[in-house]
Amino acid sequence: MCLAVPGRVMEIEERDGTRMATVDFGGVVKDVCLEYLPDLAVGDYAIVHVGFALQRLDEESAKRTLALFENLGLLEEEFGDPWQQAAGAPQEAHK
Amino acid sequence: MKYIEEFQNPELARRLLDDIHTTATRPWALMEVCGGQTHSIIRHGIDQLLPEQVELIHGPGCPVCVTPLEVIDKALEIASRPGVIFCSFGDMLRVPGSGRDLFQVKSEGADVRVVYSPLDALRIAQQNPDRDVVFFGIGFETTAPPNAMTVYQARKLKIRNFSMLVSHVLVPPAIEAIMTSPDCRVQAFLAAGHVCSVMGISEYPPLADRFKVPIVVTGFEPLDILEGVRRAVRQLERGEHTVENAYPRAVRPEGNPAAQTMLQDVFEVTDRAWRGIGVIPHSGWKLSDRYRDYDAEHRFAVGAITTQEPAACRSGEVLQGLLKPHQCEAFGTTCTPRNPLGATMVSSEGACAAYYLYRRLGTPTSSTTAPRETTPVA
Ligand code: SF4
Repeated sequence: MCLAVPGRVMEIEERDGTRMATVDFGGVVKDVCLEYLPDLAVGDYAIVHVGFALQRLDEESAKRTLALFENLGLLEEEFGDPWQQAAGAPQEAHK
Repeated sequence: MKYIEEFQNPELARRLLDDIHTTATRPWALMEVCGGQTHSIIRHGIDQLLPEQVELIHGPGCPVCVTPLEVIDKALEIASRPGVIFCSFGDMLRVPGSGRDLFQVKSEGADVRVVYSPLDALRIAQQNPDRDVVFFGIGFETTAPPNAMTVYQARKLKIRNFSMLVSHVLVPPAIEAIMTSPDCRVQAFLAAGHVCSVMGISEYPPLADRFKVPIVVTGFEPLDILEGVRRAVRQLERGEHTVENAYPRAVRPEGNPAAQTMLQDVFEVTDRAWRGIGVIPHSGWKLSDRYRDYDAEHRFAVGAITTQEPAACRSGEVLQGLLKPHQCEAFGTTCTPRNPLGATMVSSEGACAAYYLYRRLGTPTSSTTAPRETTPVA
């Protein structure tokens, strides 16, 4: 039940004075309350938990994290301590 | 689905694993706090891909598992009353109370309904003005804002036939309790990402300082978990103990201020008994006095309840990371998800159920010094 999943805002409307949205979770569509993220706009992604958007998903950070993973190992080779590498620290060959 | 598939990429998982294998030179014990992470770790076989030296200890972060037996018994008692519609998240249905569970109470004629969101329960109350609708409000800091908003709305819309049985639990006091326990083996924490999406990360630096433990805020996809492990191991190897955010796409340092404001209005801190663990001071939220009229415990004076936990169940040790599920004698024999003896066998976030579901019946293989060729991560 602690599961919170990314979803994409499709439509936004006021209901009983509450900001609500329909949110798409890769095909499953649910009603989601936006009161905690009132600035969320159509097309934005958010972490949704039991019918509430709790935090906006940040595209920039996601890209940066993935880029960091892509570069793992490469940076070490480039900027790592050459003495340690020469001394045979258990470095695996990276593509 | 965006933000999911990219974080399950096997090629990147391999890079992260390589890095962890290169970095880890000594044995380290890391605890993932959140049951959602435990589930993901076992499901993707991450624990088996890590180097031998890196052990993941499964923490107490499954709300279904730690909801105190006494509260479950109260829920059962309230649900059995005539005129009550008792609403709950689905995974509470099979959590054993002292004698029965919600599922049984329903089969005995009680009106028990499963809802996706607490707001659904509020809607049921609006549609059934002559019935008493009670929602079972449990969970960590992630679930608390939805529950808080629901109670707030009930009061605002003057829906008087709605109340909530609240038993919220909080992560930072649990970390403190784990670190001060004499049996503690934990050397670093993967903090629960979605709890931090709400609360931010300001509560963690004092804990990292005081106990000299690295705390890495970690997400839930396989790459997120590997990155959490990688950063924790790197800190441990360097003798550092800081708070790092390895889940920045969903966690801002300040959390969600609107949610925090609502939480402060609706809830107040209380001591909470964690099932299998015992009372942890200041580790829970209950409804604040302002919302007393919406408190099911207040509305339904439930008498003194004597609770009884099956003696065979060792979930307390499992929840504190002292015992792996398959080391419990009842595991897979007298205790299965269909017939759970303890709450950790009920929810798929519970360590016992995760082990059972993904067939971890023996000790993890010890031949993982080098990363294997294939990865089940995708
Ligand atoms: S396997 Fe069953 S009896 Fe054993 S600790 Fe887990 S829940 Fe309790």
